[in-house]
Formats: sequence, structure tokens, C-alpha cells
Amino acid sequence: MSIDFDKQVERTAPARVPALEVRGLVKHYPGVKALDGVDLVVHQHEVLGLAGENGAGKSTLLKTLVGLVKPDHGEIYVRGERVRLRSIVEAADHGIGMVFQEQSLVPNLTAAENIVLGSEGPGVRRGIYRWDAMRRLAQEQLDKIASHIDPLARTDTLSFADRQMVEIAKVLRIEQRSQHPPVVILDEPTSVLESKEIETLFTQVRRLREFASVVFVSHRLDEILDVCDRVAVLRNGESVGEVQVAGTVPADLHRMMIGSTGSDDHYHDNVVERSDEAPAPRLTVRRLSGRTFRDVDLDVHAGEIVAVVGVHGSGREDLCRALFGAEPTTAGEVTLDGKPLDLSGTRAACAAGVGYVPAERKVEGMVGPMSVADNMTLTKQKARCSGPLVSPRKQASLVDRWIDRLSIRTPNRGTAIQRLSGGNQQKVVLARWLVGGDIRLLLLDHPTRGLDIGARSEVYRLMRELSNNGVATVLLADSLEEAIGLADRIVVMSDGRVATEVACPAGAKPTPLDLVKEMV
Amino acid sequence: MTPPAEDTEDTAVVAARPRPRRAVSFRDAGPTAALLVIFVGFAAWSSQFRSIDNVQNIMDAAAVLAVVTCGITFVLMMGSIDLSAAGVMGASALAVALLVENNRNGNDLGLLGIALAVLLGAALGAVSGLALVLLKVPSFMTTLGVSAIGLGLATLMFGGVQPNISDKMLESWATERILGFTYLTWIAAGCVLVGWLIQRYTRLGRYAFAIGGAEEVLALSGVKVAPYKVAVFTFAGAFYGLGGVMVTSQLGAGLVQAGEGYDFSAITAAVVGGTLLTGGRGGVLHSAIGVLLIMVLTNGLVQVGVSPYWQGGVQGLIVVAAVAAAVIPQRRRNQVVK
Repeated sequence: MSIDFDKQVERTAPARVPALEVRGLVKHYPGVKALDGVDLVVHQHEVLGLAGENGAGKSTLLKTLVGLVKPDHGEIYVRGERVRLRSIVEAADHGIGMVFQEQSLVPNLTAAENIVLGSEGPGVRRGIYRWDAMRRLAQEQLDKIASHIDPLARTDTLSFADRQMVEIAKVLRIEQRSQHPPVVILDEPTSVLESKEIETLFTQVRRLREFASVVFVSHRLDEILDVCDRVAVLRNGESVGEVQVAGTVPADLHRMMIGSTGSDDHYHDNVVERSDEAPAPRLTVRRLSGRTFRDVDLDVHAGEIVAVVGVHGSGREDLCRALFGAEPTTAGEVTLDGKPLDLSGTRAACAAGVGYVPAERKVEGMVGPMSVADNMTLTKQKARCSGPLVSPRKQASLVDRWIDRLSIRTPNRGTAIQRLSGGNQQKVVLARWLVGGDIRLLLLDHPTRGLDIGARSEVYRLMRELSNNGVATVLLADSLEEAIGLADRIVVMSDGRVATEVACPAGAKPTPLDLVKEMV
Repeated sequence: MTPPAEDTEDTAVVAARPRPRRAVSFRDAGPTAALLVIFVGFAAWSSQFRSIDNVQNIMDAAAVLAVVTCGITFVLMMGSIDLSAAGVMGASALAVALLVENNRNGNDLGLLGIALAVLLGAALGAVSGLALVLLKVPSFMTTLGVSAIGLGLATLMFGGVQPNISDKMLESWATERILGFTYLTWIAAGCVLVGWLIQRYTRLGRYAFAIGGAEEVLALSGVKVAPYKVAVFTFAGAFYGLGGVMVTSQLGAGLVQAGEGYDFSAITAAVVGGTLLTGGRGGVLHSAIGVLLIMVLTNGLVQVGVSPYWQGGVQGLIVVAAVAAAVIPQRRRNQVVK
């Protein structure tokens, strides 16, 4: 991968000491380099955009800036002074605060209490609440952002956009602690807002610039270019460059985010020849609607991998779960090999030969303390039973066979699955659908999330092998490159609908940019 | 296959946005409405039920339960649970019986004795809280253990000979009346008021509420929650201690079983009143309504001729129904229930 974008770095000579500076930040997790030498400068009274794909290290970087993650190496400077941030409170003492993506307010307290939480000052005297003082303190903060929220409203009665304003007001309270202009980090603040609310938020961000510095993170590149002064781009845990927004278009940013285009060989491009005469598709979806998706049509043939891509909020995750009966649908028809598929629950889908690998492996994919063998035979109970009883011998030989076939590295079949590496855990989760021998359709929701390159590669190989054996696959990939590398066909979703379909045969792959156009 | 439903198309894509204000107030009004309906129903049915004497009876019978429920409400608001009430009450009942004028020893400490018994309850509550915070033992287990400790202490103090009290003041609590209600009932009303003030106007009360709402957020805001948890259990223990004293006043003797059944009844009352077992909702006033609901129901069923043998089962039925009604609006992904 060549990094020829560094030439685009145009540093403005800092007029003053930067509000926040990060040098050579490194954070390794077992098997993953989350941050691998990140440099970042946030000037005073500046809105800095931060862009990068999933897994580029954005959230790890943000967490180190507020003391939630301790970096292995590297330095953080606040107004030219080196600091160590060991907790969110210490970060606040230095004037750094963050508005979290998943909101961090106590829902059953009033807005005022949330704003002053942990630093009530005159709002509480000797343990006794002074509601008037509390309200005044909160009003001061809300006035800073010219918000008209009632400070005494219960937080869970406010709209999402209002709650976000409460969070911003809360973060601005760190001004009182540090006696300096604060640095406010906004982590994907727009992802659940409607367009009008986004406008309000942008007005706030511009207002913040008058007395603070802002780090703005978003998946939507047009938003970043709209509201920021400068953009820093991360890729694979490294800083790959910065650009001034003037004269930059989303495509430029995206090119920096994904680096060299073209599919890498570890995706194991599909080399199987397909006959021209198309048989009836294995899965047909017609006008399927649910909570977050609408009128979705989709065909998947046996042996085909269809990737569904889209930004956060495109509805693809819910669509995937709905096909497994794990998310309610309101209308539409789904057939599997010509027979109607019952989506009212997951049991019917399992019985029909549909398998689902959830994105949250640790929460939804496996039972951590249970053995590899029990996890593998969790769904297809019949495969390990003789009559009504579990047959340990049958289970042992079945599980050992699959451990061998998928080369799962585990001390033995009785080991608790949580002691395996992520890649091997995922192979066990996949094997769960294979042991019954009746798998027809696999729904893979980010099957390589959190896996290192080696483990990813093995999962890719396994997916290829399954599709060569005739299993139909619907894939929600971790990155566009992964989708392009693995899929035979790509369905682009946007705002709950299918925007377009792109053929993706080996040798004639589309580029990520072709897809991004349709996604936003 | 889901049947097609054209009329839902417009709402299909719009992400559900909770508008809970109305729902919350509706739910908060539920127990009060139920209390009124049940009260009016029994009053219409039975002339005995609606007599002034009987209403006084209901209030007097509710006194101890109200005090115990007041304490347990703060624990439930945090999302913890407290099963120690029975044991703590037993210990404080014996303690007070042996400290005020009695037939077993020469003590005659009067009010001081009562205060010491309440302090014993607070100390046992503190043990629960400390075990939860320091040893990370779930409150379910720690409080069950503390209940056993309390019963053990009570049995030791009992020592095979029942202490009968002859303290004039403590005896008068159960017998003397102001405005038709016994002193005990006024004490209970005072406890409810104090509990409400603490819940509304102190950091302890608000944080107990917040811990049940989103404990992680408190930690992210730099609040150390552990001291507050210990304080809430201590505080609850003091209320159970007072409950034990009140039972002793009613019985005129210190009994190991003074608190028997109050642990379950108090949780029932709190839950029926609208305090969620998962924490973060409800409060002292809710619980007071819950106590009255249960007492009215218990009393009313007897007045209309239902055998008292049925009452345990009926109370169990009520708590399951109340929890089900409270939980139905909360739909979570995958709906896992433990």
C-alpha cells in the first residue's frame, strides 16, 4: 500500500500553542494494532474533522483523549504542556470533554442534574439539594449554547436531539474546572439526527468554535467538509494526512481513508465458473419492510455471496436480522428454495436451514463459559443426540471432526470458548450452523469484526469454501474492500431502501468510490 | 410470514422515538387509581369495610409495613435487592426488648434503648452494603446472609426466655391514639415524609435514583458510587430496625420472628406501588400507595368473607401481576429475561 497522500498535508502555521496535540500514539490490543503511531494537532478555536473507516482507530484515539484508554506509547500535550490522562475526570480537569455516540446521560434525572452531575458545586450543600441553584447552574450552561430546554425536564422525556444539547451543555461545564477554553469531542453526533436537527447541531458547533476547540467525528464526509476547518484522516491506526476543507470533495477524503484501491488477494476471489443459465434463486425477498427498512427486494442464488453495504442507519443490520426472524417485519414475502420462509421467530429459520452469525460475537454469538463442544452443538441439538438424550460419544466425534476440518485451534473440545482467540471463536460460531449438514443460507453480520488479518483470512477462506459447496451467503462486511473482495454481487442500501445493485465478478470488481456514491 | 399491512407503511421507516412523558405519568397514576377503585369497590360491597373503625384499623395495620417498605424502596431504586428485613427486624426487636424496662434484666434505657436498636439495624444494613461494595457479592446473597446473621443474633439474645417489656412509653406507641390513629401510625407517616424529603432533596436520594438509572454514567461523570450504595443499605437497615422496635411495641415482647414475612411484603408493596426491581423508577410515595393497596386488599378480602388462608397466595399473585404489568412496555432486543 503506497501512501502518497502525505503530500496533501498542508499545515497552517499555528498562530498560538495548539489546544491539544498528540504525538506518536500507540495502542495494541492482543492481535490488533488499534493505534499505530497517531499524530494529531487541534488548534484553538478550530473545528477539526476526524475521518476514517471502521477499525481505523478513531474511537480508540478518542478514548485515549478522555482518559478511558491508556496508550502504550506516545504523548499528549494540552496547551503545550505534557499530560497524563488516567481517567475521564483528569481529562475534564485539563479541559477535554467528550459527547459520546451512545449518549451518557442518566435518563431518570432532570436535565439540570445531568449537566452538573459530579460537579454540583453550589447546587448541593452538605448533601442537601438546592434546586434553585442547580437550575441556575444548568441554565448558565444551556445559555452558552442558546438552548431553550427546560432544565427541570426529566431527561428521558426529551428528544434525542435535545438530549444531545444537554450533553454538550454538560461537557461545557469543564470550563469551570480547567479555567481554559475547552476541547469538545463530538463522536458521531449526527448518526441518529434528522436533517433539521443536524442543521441545529452545526450551528452549535460553529458557536462552540468561538470559545472552544472541537473535534468532530462523522461517517458522513459531506458533513465533515461542511462544518470543519481541517480534516485529519486515520487508516489502520495510523495518521495518513490532513487537508484543509476548502477545495476538498468527499471523494478526496474517501481516497485517503481507504488507501490503495483494488482487491487484496487474501479475499480469495471467487474462481468458480458459473453456468450461464440461472437456476431459481435460493432466497427471494420481495417488498420486505420492517422498522428501519422498506420495500426491499433481494435474490441470492446457491453458491453466491451477496454483500449488502450502506452507511450507519441504512437499515441493513435490521434487514439481516429480519431474514433470520430476529427482527419484526411489517410486510413482504420471503421464500427459501421456493417455499415461504416463516419470519415470525428464529426457530423456524433455523429449521429451514438458515444460519446467522451476529455482529456482537461475545454477547449474541456464543455462551462464553460453555465449552467449544456445547457451543458448536447449541442449535443443531439433534446432531449430538441419540433419541431424547445427549450422546457424549456422538457429540465428541462430531465436534472433533469439525475442529479438525476448520482447523480450530483449541486445547480440546471441552475448553471454554471464551478462552479461544477471536478468530477461533468465530470459527466455532460458524461451525454451529454447519454441524447439522442442512445449511442453505448463511447470514453473516460483520463476521470478521475485531479479528486480526490472519484470522480474517481464515474466515474468508471458510466462506469461499462454503459458497463453493452451494451455500448462499448474505454478507454485511466490515469494510467496503472486504465486501468487494468477497462478494459476487453487491446490494447498496440507503435510508432503508435498496439504492442499487452492482455486479462484482472476479476481474471486474467495482471500486469503493463507485459504491460510496450510492451510499450517501 | 408476516401479513402485509399497507396502513403501517408510512411509519415503517421512521425510527421509533420514545415519547415517554405521557406514558410515565399514566403508569405513575396506575397504582393510585387501583387503590381508589379497590377501596370504592370494597366500600360499596361491605358496610363493615367502610366504617371509620375499619379505616383506622387498616392504617394502624399498615404502619410497620410502611416503615419497612420506605427503607427497602431506596435499595430497590438502585436496582439492588434487600432480603435482610426479617433478620434485621428480629435482631432489633430483641435488642430493644432487652434494653428498655423488661422482665429479663435491670435495663431501663427508654428512648436511648430504642435508638440503639435502630442503630443495630443500621449497622447490619452497613454490613450488607460493605459486602456488596468491597467483596462484590450481589446484594441478593449478601442481604440473605445478613438476614441469617440478624436471626442468629436475635436467637442468641432470646436465650430461651421471652423478654416481655414493661416500658410505658414503648407500650403506649401501640395503644395511645391521636386523631384516632395510634402513635405507630404517626411514626410511619413521619418516616414516609422523611423518606420523601431524602429522596427529593438530598444527594443520597437522587444518586440512589441515578444509580438505578445508569450507574456507568455516574462513574463517567466522576462520581464514586460505592459510598452511596453503602449509605443506602445502612439507611434501609435503620428503617428495618425501627420496624422491629414497632413490632415489639405491638406485641409487648421481643420475638425472634418479629420481622417474619415483612421482607416479601415490603418488596411486594414497593413493586405494586410502581418501583421497578431493575431500579431507576418509583419512590417513597409510590411505595406508600403500594402499602395501602396491599393492606386495603388484605382487609377487604377478610371483610367480604374470603378465608385468611387464601391471603398468602393472593399477595403472591398480586406481585407477579404488578411486575408483569410494569415490564410489558419495556421491550428489549431479544427479550432476554433472567
